Amino acid sequence: MLHSYPFRKLLNRAVTVLMLLAVVLALIPLFSILWHTFERGWPAISPTFFTHLPKPVGETGGGIANALAGTGLLILLASSIGVPFGLLVGIYLAEFNPGGLGTVVRFLNDVLTGIPSIVTGMFVYSLLVLTMGGFSALAGGVALGLIMIPTVTRSTEEMLKMVPTSLREASLALGATKTQTILRVVLPAAIPGILTGIMLAVARVAGETAPLLFTAFGNRFWSLRLDQPIAALPLQIFTYAISPYRDWQTQAWGAALVLVTLVLVLNIVARLVFHRDGR
Amino acid sequence: MAQGMEIRNLSAWYGSQQVLKEINLPVSPNQVTAIIGPSGCGKSTFVRTLNRLHEIIPGARVSGQVFLGEVDLYAPGVDPVSIRRRIGMVFQKPNPFPTMSIFENAAAGLRLNGVDKRRLAEQVEKSLKLAALWDEVSNRLGQSGAALSGGQQQRLCLARALAVSPEILLMDEPASALDPAATLKIEDLIRELKKEYTIIVVTHNMQQAARVADQTAFFLNGELVEYGPSSEIFTRPKDRRTEDYITGRFG
Amino acid sequence: MTIRPNLIRPQSSHQWQDQSFRLLTLVFALAMLGLVGLMVLELLQGSWLSLLRFGWSFLTDADWDPVFENFGALPFLYGTLISSLLALSIALPVSLGIALFLTEIAPQWLYRPISFVVELLAAIPSVVYGLWGLFVLAPWVRTHLQPVLSRFFGYLPFFQGPALGVGMLSAGLILAVMITPIVTAISREVIMAVPTSQREAALALGATRWEMIRLAILPYARSGLLGAVLLGLGRALGETMAVTMVIGNRPEIAISLFAPGYSMASVIANEFSEATYALYLSALMEIGLLLFGVTMLLNFLARLMLWRLTGAVAGTRE
Repeated sequence: MLHSYPFRKLLNRAVTVLMLLAVVLALIPLFSILWHTFERGWPAISPTFFTHLPKPVGETGGGIANALAGTGLLILLASSIGVPFGLLVGIYLAEFNPGGLGTVVRFLNDVLTGIPSIVTGMFVYSLLVLTMGGFSALAGGVALGLIMIPTVTRSTEEMLKMVPTSLREASLALGATKTQTILRVVLPAAIPGILTGIMLAVARVAGETAPLLFTAFGNRFWSLRLDQPIAALPLQIFTYAISPYRDWQTQAWGAALVLVTLVLVLNIVARLVFHRDGR
Repeated sequence: MAQGMEIRNLSAWYGSQQVLKEINLPVSPNQVTAIIGPSGCGKSTFVRTLNRLHEIIPGARVSGQVFLGEVDLYAPGVDPVSIRRRIGMVFQKPNPFPTMSIFENAAAGLRLNGVDKRRLAEQVEKSLKLAALWDEVSNRLGQSGAALSGGQQQRLCLARALAVSPEILLMDEPASALDPAATLKIEDLIRELKKEYTIIVVTHNMQQAARVADQTAFFLNGELVEYGPSSEIFTRPKDRRTEDYITGRFG
Repeated sequence: MTIRPNLIRPQSSHQWQDQSFRLLTLVFALAMLGLVGLMVLELLQGSWLSLLRFGWSFLTDADWDPVFENFGALPFLYGTLISSLLALSIALPVSLGIALFLTEIAPQWLYRPISFVVELLAAIPSVVYGLWGLFVLAPWVRTHLQPVLSRFFGYLPFFQGPALGVGMLSAGLILAVMITPIVTAISREVIMAVPTSQREAALALGATRWEMIRLAILPYARSGLLGAVLLGLGRALGETMAVTMVIGNRPEIAISLFAPGYSMASVIANEFSEATYALYLSALMEIGLLLFGVTMLLNFLARLMLWRLTGAVAGTRE
């Protein structure tokens, strides 16, 4: 019976249905999250939501202007650390044939992607917050920058390796130095892919909360100073979400809507950039 | 008058595998020298040793001497980058830089040497004309080089190599990826260009060698079997193995 | 106009340029190693007080009492482990199902959109998961899931107690959703790396598609799939915000999945900036050190398996 062909076909059919079910099961939370974020966040959205500062506890209204600016500044800081760092390590791995050391660096880079971001936050806390004597935007930017490095490194390495050897040889045969070859020929050819990697890394750190808890810390007021605590969108969402005030909870959903939109747009644009020339 | 080359006792390895064995070959100035032989005989490696491109592959190694005029390219202290600016190369598959325009492709080598703007345009035009591409692209120099046809791309690569006014031109099966019409164009160009350049062309196509080359060298298993004027190699080969090859008995 | 650079230039500027650029990239590569070293050092130094004071009992003591300066991390270890295992036991079959669907069944035109949508799950920020968990998932668990579970499986100790919504069950569920994308992505790459000849061999024997999967794919991909599981587990262990918002944050060890718990990452998130004295801070640092060590180890093992299997290709996209 168990080995009869009709039964085997039935089993095959059943497993196929189960697989389809798995896909549906994964999509339910995604659509639920997107729907609820939109439905509950939309009422909070208004021009003042983007342009006003948070109101003191107990008062309704107010906005997330400081958190938006803070997140912008933190992303800028993080990128100015993570992008050059990752680019250079990626170039080293892809272009300088580093042998044993390369394997170690590559492996460690992969392992680093798995380090919980809250641990990175603790590290930066004891490295910068303790030594500088307080929470600061700078510390937050450094924490996010460290988180960006492995992603940027890996996409740089992969994309550089996809550039055909014939281009490198053409450039070297023209009498270009290796440095000129890398900077003028190989890197430009790999740029769309690397850009995608960078945008995905930015999308990831834009939503990071845990590493900011004790570095950037959050700020209810307008501040763009590097040596002061700074507000950030995800921090604001967290604070508002666990607060007992209905108005703040609505604002948490509103801020989540903004954050999710930002992150999704970054993700979609990143993929468009990469697929633009058919790769 | 261009420079000639003189190759003495040249051997090359990939790791422990020897791919060229004690090659001795004079290359006469302003002539076309064809390198023929079955695939895997070392002919591509051979031209890549002439501009020191072989050594960029990890584990690759060379011994012997290659003279360009009076200078041994493998003498200590010789800078491979400077060599490659005097020896142009065209590859098997057209490889224009995809992120650069037609103009920028042709100008790529000049930019490396910091040529000023006015002369740059002049030189680009001259080299595109030399490569017989000017008429086809003069009105769209800003377009991407990748948009050209295969044959045009290969002539763009030729222009790119010619723009820096090299003394030697190495061509590694320059027509193997092209259709017959484009191939014919490249062959005409080779005959034309030898007035100003010394040309070494690798080919697996014996008719092509017979058509364009003044001198032909036959390689087999990393050895230079026979060398001489093309007319003699293709009509009265001295070595039995050469005869077998050109009469199509192997390879 | 001809350019005739002098060929003989010992220590030429070209070499100098290439060497210094290489050196620059090398310095940054080494800096990456240095960063990891520094991280270990800082965490060790930070947790030194606690390490000296409590030794191994830190891992076995269930009492976390900042008021009396006694710190035992067992409740957090327990909460982290249980919520992560729960997550894995849900996410693994689902992810495997999606990966197999994509590689073996889905038509070409469905492949891209489905993988993209699953990857979007990974793009949603943790804090948004937490928000959704707190206001959507937890209430649903309280009103729908927990009553059903206690009605049908209430005789098991895991499904007893009041239905609170917030607790270990919700944390496990939300973690399951969060690790599904990475487990799926890596399983997919591992499965795609199974040679066609293996598939064809099974099909030539007269296997149905499912039999082909069971016969040829799963055994071949075994170690890679284990790698995917370990990476997923690593993610779950270190996940902070979403868990913090739904696990209940009570440092107690309860058998029931309905009960609130606490996780390692959550206790750091909640108490780190409020730790008022050195030993307290040090105990939290030690939890961070543990988290670092365990995730490092898991990732190390996982990458090892994936590298061996597919030569550093699989597991590179997530």
